[in-house]
Amino acid sequence: MSSVKTLKINGKDVSARTDDTILQVIREHDIFLPTLCHIEGLSAVGACRLCLVEINGSSKLRSACVTQVEEGMEVVTDNERLQKYRRMILEMLFVEGNHVCAVCVANGYCELQWLAERLGVDHTRLIYLHPDKHVDASHYRYAIDHNRCILCARCVRVCGEIEGAHTWDVAGRGINAHVVTDLNTSWDSSPTCTECGKCVQVCPTGALFKKSRAIGEMAKDNHFLPYLKTMREVNKNDR
Amino acid sequence: MDREEFEEIAQRSRDEAAAFAVHVNICTSSGCVASGCEHVKKQAEAEVQSRGLQHTCRINGVGCQGLCGSGPIVSVQPDNVLYHKVKPDDVADILDHVGQASVPHLELRQDSPFFERQQRVVLANAGKIDPEEIETAMAAGAYGALLKVTTEMMPPEVCKVITDSGLRGRGGAGYPTGLKWGTVAKATNSTKFVVCNGDEGDPGAFMDRSIMESDPHRVLEGMAIAGYAVGASEGFVYVRAEYALAIKRLKRAIHQAEKRGLLGKNIFGSTFSFSIELRLGAGAFVCGEETALMASIEGRRGNPRPRPPFPSESGLWGHPTLINNVETFANVAPIITNGSAWFANIGTETSKGTKVFALSGKVNRVGLIEVPMGISLREIVMEIGGGIPNGNQFKAVQTGGPSGGCIPADYLDTPVDYESLRKLGSIMGSGGMVVMDDTSSMVSVAHYFMAFNMDESCGKCIPCRVGTIQMVELLKRFTAQRATHDDLVLLEELCDMVSQTSLCGLGQSAPNPVISTLRYFRDEYLRCIAPVTESA
Ligand SMILES: Cc1cc2nc3c(=O)[nH]c(=O)nc-3n(C[C@H](O)[C@H](O)[C@H](O)COP(=O)(O)O)c2cc1C
Ligand code: SF4
Ligand code: SF4
Ligand code: SF4
Ligand code: FES
Repeated sequence: MSSVKTLKINGKDVSARTDDTILQVIREHDIFLPTLCHIEGLSAVGACRLCLVEINGSSKLRSACVTQVEEGMEVVTDNERLQKYRRMILEMLFVEGNHVCAVCVANGYCELQWLAERLGVDHTRLIYLHPDKHVDASHYRYAIDHNRCILCARCVRVCGEIEGAHTWDVAGRGINAHVVTDLNTSWDSSPTCTECGKCVQVCPTGALFKKSRAIGEMAKDNHFLPYLKTMREVNKNDR
Repeated sequence: MDREEFEEIAQRSRDEAAAFAVHVNICTSSGCVASGCEHVKKQAEAEVQSRGLQHTCRINGVGCQGLCGSGPIVSVQPDNVLYHKVKPDDVADILDHVGQASVPHLELRQDSPFFERQQRVVLANAGKIDPEEIETAMAAGAYGALLKVTTEMMPPEVCKVITDSGLRGRGGAGYPTGLKWGTVAKATNSTKFVVCNGDEGDPGAFMDRSIMESDPHRVLEGMAIAGYAVGASEGFVYVRAEYALAIKRLKRAIHQAEKRGLLGKNIFGSTFSFSIELRLGAGAFVCGEETALMASIEGRRGNPRPRPPFPSESGLWGHPTLINNVETFANVAPIITNGSAWFANIGTETSKGTKVFALSGKVNRVGLIEVPMGISLREIVMEIGGGIPNGNQFKAVQTGGPSGGCIPADYLDTPVDYESLRKLGSIMGSGGMVVMDDTSSMVSVAHYFMAFNMDESCGKCIPCRVGTIQMVELLKRFTAQRATHDDLVLLEELCDMVSQTSLCGLGQSAPNPVISTLRYFRDEYLRCIAPVTESA
């Protein structure tokens, strides 16, 4: 079997490795495709549904981040229908939490905010849920503001897959789902957290932040992830 | 165990039963437990003792006969009389009438359409055997099909029989069972698994519970045959934790089958080994979704994951896994025994065999029924169900539970098969069938199912987590008669968006109850839109 596949993305011929996902190929060719739950270096979960694409003209959509390339595949990453769905997804995130960008530490550095701007989400017809969510500022360096959490589970994955601490997890279901530290105890009493700060750096919004940062100061730095992933693969091949 | 020993046990059990002139069969399944069958059974045993009849009259605990609304159900053989709503005080009366005319005020006539229109394949032994005694099941033929496949057939032949029978999955989607088996069988991996989905989370559904309670061996036998056909040596039955009696009986059945060598190593002296473990459901509707169910068996949170890969490729712990519903497995042994042609003869061109339904709502006779595919909705509602009570008019029948839709009166003559129901915007589903009359509000029905889906959303993906609650909030405006035209537009956009973008089947089918009621009862939604009032 050949180790290379050829496919079409938005009508353009591209080649890919057999085990590449559609998203990897898309990124390699600098094609814009919105993603939120996905982050290079962590396992893909297909949860946010922003990366949905059309394949071979079928109306059934597939998430690019978890779908492997296939020979002869024809992928469409952008059209009116997809744009509409993506805008609705973003609107849903805004109405399910309490997002006030003007007073957020991540203002200007937030992936949700960027995507909303880029996809032209400036108002919504959805119903604001105004949930009563809390902030855990018990930790001396970090804090989590659940009002801004979009449940992408990046923190859960980086903490479990990279740091190996598995401090974070998701509790509750449906609209009541939320991330918790350990067995839903306060962060400062976590026996597993190593205070590495990786969760804070991968969080796409202002939900997880460093305490010393003021409004609009929380730039995220997650460049360590692709590096760690490469190192892991090098180690694996050495063995 | 070999063939001789197997047949000897079955024969001995039949002889033992034949030694009694009279059999009093008392249903001991959940429905009748709720109406006090235990007391009836105790009273019957005591009465038989005190009359000195213990050598001629046997009291048997049996499975469900489908009339769960009018339990406890008692049948007397060989008189072939069925009694309902039996109280402990009635026992003496019943015994007095054995061999003579029946007790009139307790008798349930069996010459009614409720019985005559049914055809029992899956539930053939329900109400006849004692689900807690493997010998009575063996006397009725249990494990005979397993004997046949392990001693006379090669695995590909077994797959072929299932394929030729036309059996399709009874868990909801109707995927061809033989095709699924063939896919797992073709995988070259050395470790494979068989999983039986007994999570049954649809509100009001109790088809699978009844099968597991009334004839657990039929399910185990179907799984073992599947294991043989696909090359798996380990199986799991995943049952929702609320099903205490089904769990107890499955446990007992597994234990008895192991003791008899019908499960375990080298079954019937062949090289085939198969063991079955019982796992309890984590108490969420979404755990019935196959990828969530497998995550739950693996000990993780029961969240769905995107497919592909499908379980047949990468399932439990990454191994190829065959997952079928309880009723699907319960069809397997009769197909092997009677042949694929026999099964393919029942039903329609594309939907073969029978289907078990839990008939409920505004009908005269509610209960569990098994009917041949292709029967019309009218026959089910008007004949088996005995029509609509209180002189009201039939309005719609809801099939497929929270993932299904409502079918209005105009389509009552539709045959019950996978394609016809889908064409009408509903689905076969797992077998829930709720009848509604002209007093039912379809907007409220949609709201009820939507609220169920909202509560059961796992929360992993955004469209389902937020979309379902948005739809419920909009539907509330309708039921409160203060919706706007914009609300209707948004509701329809959400129906489309949530079904197209959700990660798993729950979200993808969650809008169905709204879509189908909008399709047939749009005027009811329009009537909920508040008149525009000029603001001062
Ligand atoms: C939300 C959801 C709930 C489900 N619940 C059940 C269930 O309770 N029982 C069941 O057999 N299948 C259920 N299914 C279907 C299973 O995912 C799977 O398709 C089925 O068990 C396959 O068996 P079959 O081919 O024999 O039908 C559910 C699917 C979804 C999306
Ligand atoms: S700081 Fe590090 S160890 Fe602590 S929760 Fe975050 S990722 Fe996990
Ligand atoms: S805290 Fe941040 S990283 Fe964690 S789930 Fe919420 S938004 Fe995602
Ligand atoms: S569709 Fe609903 S139940 Fe399925 S993964 Fe998404 S949130 Fe969970
Ligand atoms: S990035 Fe693919 S689903 Fe979130």
